[in-house]
Amino acid sequence: MWFLTHAWLIPALPALSFVLILLFGKKFLGPTRAHYIGIPFVLAAFVLSLLTAGAWVSRSNDHVDSEAAAMSGIDAKCSEIGAAAAKGPEALEASLAGEARTEVTAAEATTATESSTTESSTTESSTAESTSADTTKAASTKAEPAAAGKESTAAEEEHPTQPVVRCATWWQNDDSVFTIGTIIDGQSVMMLVVVTLISLLVHIFSTDYVKGDRRYTHYFGFLSLFTASMLFFVLSQSILQMIVGWELVGVCSFALIGHWWEEKPNSDAALKAFITNRVGDIGLLVGVIILFFQAGENFSVIDINTMANTGQIGHTYLLVASLCLIAAVMSKSGQFILHTWLPDAMAGPTPVSALIHAATMVVAGIYMVARLYPVFFHGLSISGSSVNFLAIVGSVTALFGALLAFVQKDIKKVLAYSTVSQLGFMVTALGVGAWTAALFHLLTHAFFKACLFLGAGSLSHACHHSFNMVDDMGGLRKVMPKTFKTFVIGTGALAGIFPLAGFWSKDEILAGTGGLNAANGTYTFALIMLLLAAFCTAAYMTRVIWYAFYGEYRGHGEPHESGARITVPLIILAVLGAIAGFANLPKSILGWELPHAISLKLEHLIEPVGVFFPGKDAGFTHAGFNFGLALLSLGIALAGGYLTYLFYWKRALKPLEGLAERNKLAGVGKKILVNKYYLDTLYTTIIVGAVKGPIAKATYWFNQNIIDGAVDGVGRNAVKAGQFVYDTIDQQVVDGAVNGAGTVAGNTGGGLRKIQTGHIQQYAALFFAAAALLAGVFVVVIG
Amino acid sequence: MLLIQFLMLSAILFSIGVYGVLVRRNGVLVLMSIELILNAVNINLVAFGTASGPSGQVFALFVIAVAAAEVGVGLAMLLMIYRNRRSIDIDQLDELKG
Repeated sequence: MWFLTHAWLIPALPALSFVLILLFGKKFLGPTRAHYIGIPFVLAAFVLSLLTAGAWVSRSNDHVDSEAAAMSGIDAKCSEIGAAAAKGPEALEASLAGEARTEVTAAEATTATESSTTESSTTESSTAESTSADTTKAASTKAEPAAAGKESTAAEEEHPTQPVVRCATWWQNDDSVFTIGTIIDGQSVMMLVVVTLISLLVHIFSTDYVKGDRRYTHYFGFLSLFTASMLFFVLSQSILQMIVGWELVGVCSFALIGHWWEEKPNSDAALKAFITNRVGDIGLLVGVIILFFQAGENFSVIDINTMANTGQIGHTYLLVASLCLIAAVMSKSGQFILHTWLPDAMAGPTPVSALIHAATMVVAGIYMVARLYPVFFHGLSISGSSVNFLAIVGSVTALFGALLAFVQKDIKKVLAYSTVSQLGFMVTALGVGAWTAALFHLLTHAFFKACLFLGAGSLSHACHHSFNMVDDMGGLRKVMPKTFKTFVIGTGALAGIFPLAGFWSKDEILAGTGGLNAANGTYTFALIMLLLAAFCTAAYMTRVIWYAFYGEYRGHGEPHESGARITVPLIILAVLGAIAGFANLPKSILGWELPHAISLKLEHLIEPVGVFFPGKDAGFTHAGFNFGLALLSLGIALAGGYLTYLFYWKRALKPLEGLAERNKLAGVGKKILVNKYYLDTLYTTIIVGAVKGPIAKATYWFNQNIIDGAVDGVGRNAVKAGQFVYDTIDQQVVDGAVNGAGTVAGNTGGGLRKIQTGHIQQYAALFFAAAALLAGVFVVVIG
Repeated sequence: MLLIQFLMLSAILFSIGVYGVLVRRNGVLVLMSIELILNAVNINLVAFGTASGPSGQVFALFVIAVAAAEVGVGLAMLLMIYRNRRSIDIDQLDELKG
């Protein structure tokens, strides 16, 4: 239990590592030893994640003892509604009594309010009221499966494992409290393990791969921060916290993609990744704002999910919110039309690409949809339709991304488009309601895609840091046997070859679309697109293997196998990529029941059950193992691989060679693919070009003529007014008065000057005259 | 009472003195005319002094003493003017003209 309530330590450790590397990395450890800090901290985070996962597994296994589980589950401070919902099973047994009990507490709280009139008691009373309201709702939603009287599975669902939610007050504004905290449930525990494991392996790989780099310390600092922000995002208790994690991940990807920023294309790629993500972030912000206000000014994930599930948020709001959030998913998870940043992001160091593609950045979108699944499930009416926006985006991305991988020369770009395509699979899975399949594929994909990326890094390490598999590689099978074997395993897993991991997860997605019968709730379009994408996946990966490992070596110098710090992570990932599929074996294959102990383990562990997740009554179903479909997809994958084998190894498909040069239609198709559907042209030339060209000019004209005109006019009139004041008031009135006074004084002086003759007798005459006059006046006045 | 007569005499003397001061160009005669004015005042003082005690006569004696000093200074000035200009015509002394 301690591990479940102290999960905040897991993101805190890499964050601390980032701070330490930032402050002391270079000074105390020197420029080549930053990993002395990074690796131990990430290792500690990984160990903690494993322990947390262990604690979660034992919690799920003990969930029959639901008393203890529900007691310490959701902290009422974090989500009032969720905490009320957690009490569901008890309320189920005596719903009326439960209601009465909560009413009593509500009444008590109201009397308390009247007597003491403190603010805390008012919130208490509202809590109690909402508790009573939601317990009834929870009870009503719970009642149906119980009434249906299911067998053992239903009995399990009646005692769901509650997520462990803990939080602290982030900040408080008046009476709204914004919390920050952790949710520990199967989904986040799975991500914790994946993220820390991949990050740890990437750290180890990097110590060799970026050895001697001029910004080695900086590199490891940002790896730590990247890991920390993804873990922070994964554990988000409120959607506000999710935004913070989401943006932190974006910033770190910017810094790491542009790690070698001295070269212009690299910094351009970093900018592109950042700015393209901004486009989707608008959607994220709008979606979050809608959810916040519709959920009664509440950011809590559990509360929003519960309210979406119980119908307290209107369908239209859910629809708009989910569409906005899909925009965010499209940019972050590289879905079609906003995926263009992802292949360019290959400009960063290869371990970073592995981290971005397998564990940290691009799966954030998938995780967000999975986390807020009720919003999407009800908003898009996933269970009741045959087509929705999420499924279309996903399936189109799956196929179009796979097609683009065919024309790439750069091995990392092939893998990048492959990631785009695989993310399309996951989004489709979410779009068709196969929630567990999406997360299962996320898990398996993380392992084999990290393996492939690190393998590509190992190849380029051997081939003078070139990624051009067409011109600089070839025949590496013999010199790099470990890389070759792990790469082939990764390829097999990606293509979905039995019994590697990709087979199981991809198949679950295909089964989740509902098969080929065109009934309501079956996504036939998505299924066809995914099957085509599966064919392409097998084909383009076989092409990569041909170019990289077979034929003659076309590069310079002598290639050599990489060192242990590169191959060991590869081997670990290849093993995981091979066996991860057994984590969620189907319950029965062709009527042959697998033992309960080994089947659907992942589903039991990670899939939430409760009012904050769509239940059976809402139409949320699990597709069983579809043997025909599995055989079909395996056949398609093998066919794709075999055709490519014939084309490259045997040269047996002569008519297809050089087809693009001879056939006009094929030429046009290739041109479109080489130009990446002209999306970059659309963005840089048309949109950015329009902004830079005509729109900028028009804005300049508007600025110069309208705005400046107004400002200039005001200025000119002010000058005129000033001139008028100067001319009339200052010059004439004020100066006139002053000058007039001077003139009068001067004239008076001039007049009086004439008296001053210098003749003393004249003075005397005046004196006596004045004296006589005064005497006269004196006599008259006195007399 | 002979006061009126004294006053009349004094007024006549005063007027003659004023006339002399204003009209005469010879500096010595102007000084003499000033003496007439002073003596007219003396007569006044003495005349009023008979009515109000000896202070008028004392005052008159002071005036005579001061007048003697005044004449001394005045004649000295005239002498200096004469030495400088070979004339004591005070009409020519107009350097203070504004």
